[in-house]
Amino acid sequence: MTAIRRHWVPVAMLLPSIIAIGIFVYGFIAWSGRVSLSEWQGLTPNYDWAGLANFAELIGDRRFQIDMRNTLVFTTFFVVGAVALGLLLAILLDRHVPGEGLFRSIFLFPLAISLIVTGVAWRWLMNPSTGSRSSGFNLILDGIGLDPLVSAWHTSDPPWGMAFVALPAVWQMSGFTMALFLGGLRAIPEELKEAARVDGASELQVYRRIILPLLRPALLSALIILGHLSLKVFDLIVALSGKDLRLDVPAIYMWTTTFDANNFARGAAIGIVLLLSVGLLVIPYLVWSLRRETDL
Amino acid sequence: MPGRHHRFPRALALLSIVAIGVGACTSGGASPSAGASGTPAGSGSGGGGSVEVFSWWTAGGEAEGLEAMLEVFQAEYPQYTFENAAVAGGAGTNARAVLATRLSQNDPPDSWQGHAGQELIGTYVASGKIEPLNDLYEEEGWLDVMPEGLIDLISQDGNIYSVPVNIHRANVMWYVPDNLEQWGVEPPATWDEFLETAATLEAAGVTPLAMGEQWTSMHLFETVLLGSLGTDGYNALWDGSGDWGSSEVLDAIDTFGQVLAYTNDDSSTLSWDQAAQLVVDGDAAFTIMGDWAEGYFKQQNLEPETGFGWDPAPGTDGAFQFLSDSFVLPVGAPNREGAIAWLKVAGSQAGQDAFNPVKGSIPARSDGDRSLYDAYLTSAMDDWESDTVVGSLTHGVVANDAWKAEIDTAIGLFLSDTDAGALGEALAAACAASGACGG
Repeated sequence: MTAIRRHWVPVAMLLPSIIAIGIFVYGFIAWSGRVSLSEWQGLTPNYDWAGLANFAELIGDRRFQIDMRNTLVFTTFFVVGAVALGLLLAILLDRHVPGEGLFRSIFLFPLAISLIVTGVAWRWLMNPSTGSRSSGFNLILDGIGLDPLVSAWHTSDPPWGMAFVALPAVWQMSGFTMALFLGGLRAIPEELKEAARVDGASELQVYRRIILPLLRPALLSALIILGHLSLKVFDLIVALSGKDLRLDVPAIYMWTTTFDANNFARGAAIGIVLLLSVGLLVIPYLVWSLRRETDL
Repeated sequence: MPGRHHRFPRALALLSIVAIGVGACTSGGASPSAGASGTPAGSGSGGGGSVEVFSWWTAGGEAEGLEAMLEVFQAEYPQYTFENAAVAGGAGTNARAVLATRLSQNDPPDSWQGHAGQELIGTYVASGKIEPLNDLYEEEGWLDVMPEGLIDLISQDGNIYSVPVNIHRANVMWYVPDNLEQWGVEPPATWDEFLETAATLEAAGVTPLAMGEQWTSMHLFETVLLGSLGTDGYNALWDGSGDWGSSEVLDAIDTFGQVLAYTNDDSSTLSWDQAAQLVVDGDAAFTIMGDWAEGYFKQQNLEPETGFGWDPAPGTDGAFQFLSDSFVLPVGAPNREGAIAWLKVAGSQAGQDAFNPVKGSIPARSDGDRSLYDAYLTSAMDDWESDTVVGSLTHGVVANDAWKAEIDTAIGLFLSDTDAGALGEALAAACAASGACGG
């Protein structure tokens, strides 16, 4: 009796979540998958089998090609930028600077802001107007005599405009990667570094041979988290540039084709492509971390 | 009775928590319609109850106009309580997503606002969500007071599907007369003249044409199409009798490309009103925008005719490219009588004359009280009666949502690659895909 009770109670406690997740996550994924294989256009659901036609159409779709290119450019600049800046900040903070807590908070604050707010603020900062109407960065650069740096920012010719979109994202997320790396740095035993120094390693060598290799787990977590964020990016770009096709990404295309054009089948197909690409990134990570847990 | 809740089995309680979650996620609008039938017992069957009207009029003149029309409604039909189900968000994108969700659950509001024409027809008629209103039009005599061109454009197969409350004009070119005089130019009457004027202005260091974010370039494109093809050629493109691959269309695309070269280079970051501000500030000479821009110029303390001037967009004199907000009667409206009462007010002279002076648009009816409208609006009322009425693309009259979205994408691609051939092909393909060109 007590044994049954012991098993039954945790199962019962978990059951609501299991049911809810089953319906709202996996059920809806399956439903989106089904819709992506249908001919549903317009408000009336139409589940006629279309096979992979929606996906084939996407491959030939010029807009979707731009979306994929933009995602690639954004992901590259965003992930590299946020990791590099986060690592630099973490290493600097790890040097036991006075007021470390204050700096840590300052670097982490952007994380507390919603991406919509970031997008709106950076839309003002990166205003591409020049001359009498210039504002934001362009006005500052002009004012301090750095006018060769005055730029069209995110309205630069494709695909470089997308690289500028990564700027606010780096600003927002580098504090987060800093926290990850700082945690990793603090976990490295002082003895290891001491031993290396005793053996005559220079400070640079200590970082290259001891610290950076030991930061690999933190780096992997950062890459996975930043990578899947950048594949899904939507709000930042909508706030920054509205529905400008030059800065279009799959998530925005998904929204407009579903709700502006009532093309639910194509919208679902884009959703599935997004899910698969995030899955490509996250599933190996999950397998890896599960294996590591069992190893321990 | 009270004891029943306590004996409620626990497993069911858990399930009901899940069910509440389901309910919250899937039927955000369930309660208003329940409210419609749950009114006090005394109100009887001869009308009454609440009328839920859905719109995206949440701010500014639109919301005030709705309030003004609501006063007329409540004076005429005091037995109904009006329930304003407005959803905020630019040009109704969010509202329409909410509406689509509600309709897919067969939970329609009693009436909703939409752009008259194919935007309503292509989406809601095609899926059987709204009823034809021909009887109401005949009963109320609206066919006699609304222009035939308008009725044609908001009908499908002889059925009229919505009640237009207001009329806006899309093909208007705005400028500041004193600035033009100072730069020594006249408002151009054709696109060829515009290109000459633009070259002069650019040489003087003035941006010839102020434009905003992407949708405003579609707005510009439709006026270039109309100006290049004329009203018959323009209409033919939308009813399937025209040829999108014709040399006239390609010429229009070519003109559009040349005009785009004379726009401000930060256009993608500006809203339409920020673009209009460039004209006010004297940074730009012209802007082409619908006549809601008039309200913006007046807000800047400019007087019609002296402070700001207007002309039909180049090449479109004698054509009134309209768009209109209208209300519909859903199939299965929870309070059908109330919805019809609302539609009667929306189509009435009193309702339209309450709404339009506040919103800054003209009535769809030709018998509006002219003393209520300002200088621009009375001139627009004159044109509405005398001009050939054609529909706007950007604002949902001539093409359904799917077709419009394809055109929007094609124009977006053109903005970045300026490949006129590709735009021509994409426009022809969009027409074929929409079914209008027998594709």
